[in-house]
Amino acid sequence: MNPAVGLAAFLGVALATAAIGFYGLRISRTTGDFYVASRTVRPWWNASAIGGEYLSAASFLGVAGLILLTGTDALWFPVGYTAGYLMLLLFVAAPLRRSGAYTIPDFTEARLQSKAVRRVTSLVVVAVGWLYIVPQLHGAGLTIRISTGLPSWVGSIAVIVVVCLTVVAGGMRSITFVQAFQYWLKLTALAVPVVFLLMHQADAGMPALADASSNPTGLPAAGLYQTVSLLVALLFGTLGLPHVLVRFYTNPDGQSARRTTLIVLGLLSVFYLFPTASGLLGRVFAPELARNGQPDALVLLLPGKLLGGVPGDLLSALVVAGAFAAFLSTTSGLVVSLAGVISQDLLGGSVRGFRVAALLAAVVPLSFSFTTDSTALAGSVGLVFAFTASTICPVLLLGIWWRGLSDTGAIAGMLTGAVLCGGALVASTFMGSSVAPGWLAQPAAWTVPAAFGVMILVSRATKHRIPGTVTRLMTRLHVPERPLASERPLATKRQLR
Amino acid sequence: MPDSPLVTAAAIAVIVLAVAVVVGVGLKVVRSFRELGTDAERATYQTLHAASSAGQHLRTGLHAAGAAKASKQLRSLLGCDALAITDTESVLAWDGSAEELKAVLMGLAAGVLSDARTVVVSASRELNAVIAPIRAGNRVVGAVAAFAPQAGAGLVRATSELADWVAVQVELAELDASRTLLIEAEVRALRAQISPHFIYNSLNAIASFINTDPARARELVVEFADFTRYSFRRHGDFTTLAEELRSIDRYLLLEKARFGDRVQVSLRIAPEVLSTVIPFLSLQPLVENAVRHGLEAKEGPGHITICANDSGAFAEVTIEDDGVGIDPEHLRSVLAGHADGDHVGLRNVDARLRQVYGDEHGLVIETAPGEGTLITMRVPKSQPSHDA
Repeated sequence: MNPAVGLAAFLGVALATAAIGFYGLRISRTTGDFYVASRTVRPWWNASAIGGEYLSAASFLGVAGLILLTGTDALWFPVGYTAGYLMLLLFVAAPLRRSGAYTIPDFTEARLQSKAVRRVTSLVVVAVGWLYIVPQLHGAGLTIRISTGLPSWVGSIAVIVVVCLTVVAGGMRSITFVQAFQYWLKLTALAVPVVFLLMHQADAGMPALADASSNPTGLPAAGLYQTVSLLVALLFGTLGLPHVLVRFYTNPDGQSARRTTLIVLGLLSVFYLFPTASGLLGRVFAPELARNGQPDALVLLLPGKLLGGVPGDLLSALVVAGAFAAFLSTTSGLVVSLAGVISQDLLGGSVRGFRVAALLAAVVPLSFSFTTDSTALAGSVGLVFAFTASTICPVLLLGIWWRGLSDTGAIAGMLTGAVLCGGALVASTFMGSSVAPGWLAQPAAWTVPAAFGVMILVSRATKHRIPGTVTRLMTRLHVPERPLASERPLATKRQLR
Repeated sequence: MPDSPLVTAAAIAVIVLAVAVVVGVGLKVVRSFRELGTDAERATYQTLHAASSAGQHLRTGLHAAGAAKASKQLRSLLGCDALAITDTESVLAWDGSAEELKAVLMGLAAGVLSDARTVVVSASRELNAVIAPIRAGNRVVGAVAAFAPQAGAGLVRATSELADWVAVQVELAELDASRTLLIEAEVRALRAQISPHFIYNSLNAIASFINTDPARARELVVEFADFTRYSFRRHGDFTTLAEELRSIDRYLLLEKARFGDRVQVSLRIAPEVLSTVIPFLSLQPLVENAVRHGLEAKEGPGHITICANDSGAFAEVTIEDDGVGIDPEHLRSVLAGHADGDHVGLRNVDARLRQVYGDEHGLVIETAPGEGTLITMRVPKSQPSHDA
């Protein structure tokens, strides 16, 4: 691939992101169009923004890579990534929006009236965020290496620098529009090459794509336990992602939070068609990538390999741009929400504190990414989901739907989940992926029930610690609210005219 | 790939850390035993410690839960068989033996509660009771009863001292309660009101349109009605930014009826923060200040910019005018409550913000004479305890 093309694509995305971030809100309005100026974010916009923030390196590069490696088994990843939003829609979106809490620690503190719970939740949220940023940086390293031939660390540092600059300089003022733009960019960047390649192959006389379940790489297929465990992780993990939950605060009320989630489900379903198609194309035309250990680079290499020449270069540039959109949007979303948590709990919540916290939130995972090695992106993000599902998800679900949750129970459950799941992940990493038994490599199927169980049992044993405010808060979570002023029709005016 | 040197190193590190922790804790325990001091020092410490921890439980007043915890420590101070705390109606807490006497205690204490004097009575065949009144101010709010086989002069004196000490705690609790009430009353008093001038001026402006432009006059009356309905509402100390902005829009429409094109307003609102909860009528006085003191005194058109930005976990609202500005010294004394007159609206909003969100969330005002004014307000997005 032509190095200049890759660099140009990266710079283009970075500049577009910064430009929308800084100038998206520069349009001043006079009071004449007051109702335009104070219009809340439409569910469509917010859904695009959630999609933009959510579709990370794992979705953009990893899913196609996994399909190349393991065939139809890998389809469980997009299924789980999307279906998690069904859980969010059913159980979390509207009540969490109504709670008025901006972050997960805010929510647990308000629900359980305990500073200790807040601190534990904050620690878990920061851990999840850091772990989630690392694969994004690995993806950036891989992309920069493939597209320009520069060493991997250049890519990781470039992403962190761009994110830090925009966040610290206050460039995330219009974050909703930035993220929504990133979603559509990612969709275009995957869809256009796939459609082109399919058309090109149809002209050239296409070899059979049909037999996707055949396994050209000879890797062992995942067992039933692995699949179930993965689905548990992905379904429940989505419920606790800090950067996704923060987005729901942008919705004016619980009802529009639900509508947004529904649209997100649609947007994600459309998006995942294309990595799947890329993976299948890869099985037919580039099976050697699976053998030389670069399956994640499939999406990046496919256009150049199949088309070549100027069209190949242009399509490659589009894919590289989309990939960087994925790294930038997920990383900046995570950095913003982590900085919120860190600055509030450690640095007193000042503007300066927020900037310091943003640097902290970005630089720590950068150093992780240097010391660890990039494995399959979709897999390592799946592990973060397992950790989230065993820690944040139980406290959210029980906090919203069970009056009997006590602060001691919440802490005990979160710690149990963190220790079991974290321990299993560390142990399986030390043992190496080929040696570790399945129950250790995919721990969610037993750590999630364990965390729920401990949380319920300890809460039952400490009934006297259930806060007295529980009824008031539960009412607030579950009773629909009045729509915002800017959403209500102007009854009096309309009658007059 | 089991990386054996790394695993060994990690294991060693863990063991070393564990040993260090055990040794550290052990040293601390040994040292604390050695430094306990003489018997007299230890007795003083134990008495003060019991008193201070009992005091904490009584800080919310005479309630069953607090009294139950406090009675344990208080019994250890007196060294009696049983200790009870009552209010004027019932026994709040009982610690120690002979709990069957609980039923008769209120009968025994009736005299103490009515004439506020310590008495010694025989409660049963084995036990005597010393009952001392708890006097808060000039009322008797309860009694402390100590049960012992022999009720000597020492126990009587100690019990009435103890009752006096409990009385001080109860008085402190009442003080706390009245301080909370005071703060609530202050917030209620600070709740901004619309200035009478504004009502007068608006009605005059509307009157001037009745003949020349009846349609506009009618529209303005409706706006005025809506504005007053919002501003005079009784319920709730909080509202949303969207709601407050809508009220500001109506306010500006009415002001424009008066000033015509002299007031120009532009808005830059990040949609993410519209649902943020803010204190009721906390922005409107700032805009009114900009119109009144920024532009009214100035010649030619004036410009007001209202911005609401998303800033991490906070929403930041700024109101800027290019009017005559304020003398910083004067402003400082107004905000400190030393001077009355102009800009009391600002002081009011500032005080309420500090009251609700803490001192670091007061208004930030940048201004100089002739240079315009920029007012910044920063509120947390997350306010689960405030209903809009």
